[in-house]
Amino acid sequence: MHLPDAVDTLISLAREGDMRALARLISVVENDGTQARQVVERLFPHTGRAHIVGITGAPGTGKSTLVNAMARVYRQRGHRVGIIAIDPTSPFSGGALLGDRVRMRDLVGDPGVFIRSMATRGSLGGLAHATDDVVLILDAMGYERILIETVGVGQAEVDIAASAHTVIVVEAPGLGDDVQAIKAGVLEIADIFVVNKADREGADRTFLALQTMLGLGPRRVQHHGRTMTVHEEAPAPDRAWTPPILKTVATRGEGVDAVVDAVEQHREHLRTTHEGQRREEIRIRRELYRILQDALLSRLMERLPPSSLDEVIQQVTSRSVDPYTAAQQLIARAETQPVTR
Amino acid sequence: MANRKIRVLVAKPGLDGHDRGAKVVARALRDAGFEVIYTGIRQTPEAIVEAAAQEDVDVIGLSILSGAHMALVPKIMRLLKERGMDDVLVLVGGIIPDEDVPKLKALGVKGVFGPGTLTQDIIDFICRELGLETMPAMAAAQS
Ligand SMILES: Nc1nc2c(ncn2[C@@H]2O[C@H](COP(=O)(O)OP(=O)(O)OP(=O)(O)O)[C@@H](O)[C@H]2O)c(=O)[nH]1
Ligand SMILES: [Mg+2]
Repeated sequence: MHLPDAVDTLISLAREGDMRALARLISVVENDGTQARQVVERLFPHTGRAHIVGITGAPGTGKSTLVNAMARVYRQRGHRVGIIAIDPTSPFSGGALLGDRVRMRDLVGDPGVFIRSMATRGSLGGLAHATDDVVLILDAMGYERILIETVGVGQAEVDIAASAHTVIVVEAPGLGDDVQAIKAGVLEIADIFVVNKADREGADRTFLALQTMLGLGPRRVQHHGRTMTVHEEAPAPDRAWTPPILKTVATRGEGVDAVVDAVEQHREHLRTTHEGQRREEIRIRRELYRILQDALLSRLMERLPPSSLDEVIQQVTSRSVDPYTAAQQLIARAETQPVTR
Repeated sequence: MANRKIRVLVAKPGLDGHDRGAKVVARALRDAGFEVIYTGIRQTPEAIVEAAAQEDVDVIGLSILSGAHMALVPKIMRLLKERGMDDVLVLVGGIIPDEDVPKLKALGVKGVFGPGTLTQDIIDFICRELGLETMPAMAAAQS
């Protein structure tokens, strides 16, 4: 049986457990904004149960291997697990090489696990544009824990903090000079630190470096080779969650039970403090912004003749108008024009 | 669909552990603008078909050097049919004796590519079979 195109049919098939229909729904929200809207409208009432875990860190630290091991632990504990593995789209070709499944083979044949590889496509943030929608679909289909893997480069980490309930930052030894290898931004977003590859030399140093950086009170860090003293603000009482630092050997599953325990503790922390509510508000605010941006942009484009953008690009290229003025002119033109298409 | 991307699964079924060729093809397909899901070596037919289903791919490229293609491919094709996925374009690359090519095609494999194949030929073949006018990377550059 080949799959039908209608979103409603796909949704009912997926809700009956048809894995291909679920997979096709994900393609639909990745490919088409208008249909994404339909899917979200239909499924939203069935969502809100899943706990969303972001796993980020430098390339090669063992994120996929850890996700694989965590999913196994969750399965033993009776949870259904959805996995979204995100890799960057090549800005040159628009193509992508998505290789995280290579490390997720232990989950094959388990109907309680659904794995999807996603490319970032147009998203500047590094997180795939449609991630939130895909999370929503998996949530609605009864996946109770959703693990999102992103490579921690640039903006992606900050983005994942807004998409996930619990953020795990994965470090590993041998990726350069300890403290300096740990990027500044990750300290603020991590709810849990994992030092993976604990079987490797240098894992203790990575662990200590993290501990030092997280230590309360004034602390000294190396920044571009200079030693600086950093003063911490006292944590707000409501945010009294101290990120644990956990060692794992993901390839052997060692220490992974403790990581899952920590995620569940953090989930409990979010539920019993205002922090959970606060994060949910941040998440929804970001999602609304994204939707508004998309909607306003396409409304603007609908009102402009197809060639007008190209004309303006030419004018800016030849320096006859600056980009701010050009944008204002486009907006002004769109506002006075009826829908042309 | 607005930004429909063509998704390709590249897999190596069977027991041989050489995936250099498969990786070269995977990279070439990425550079041609496809979204390539690479699943690595020693994949069972079940694992390949499950990944293809979850990833909702348009194309499956199988790299088989072990000589076990007449054992592996029929099984994969049967599993695809059972799941209603016989609309997925299946290609086989590797060391395939001439006399086996018609047998594979009779099973529904659309393209068979030997060791000397240029990656561009594989790209062109996929584009032709899927009815694309140019490869996705070119289409993106023109839009
Ligand atoms: N020694 C050791 N190797 C590990 C461990 N965990 C993962 N690896 C290896 O590290 C390499 C990278 O692992 P991945 O899980 O692919 O890492 P990743 O962070 O997902 O990589 P990217 O997605 O490419 O950023 C693989 O060769 C793994 O087998 C570990 O605990 N110990
Ligand atoms: Mg990975």
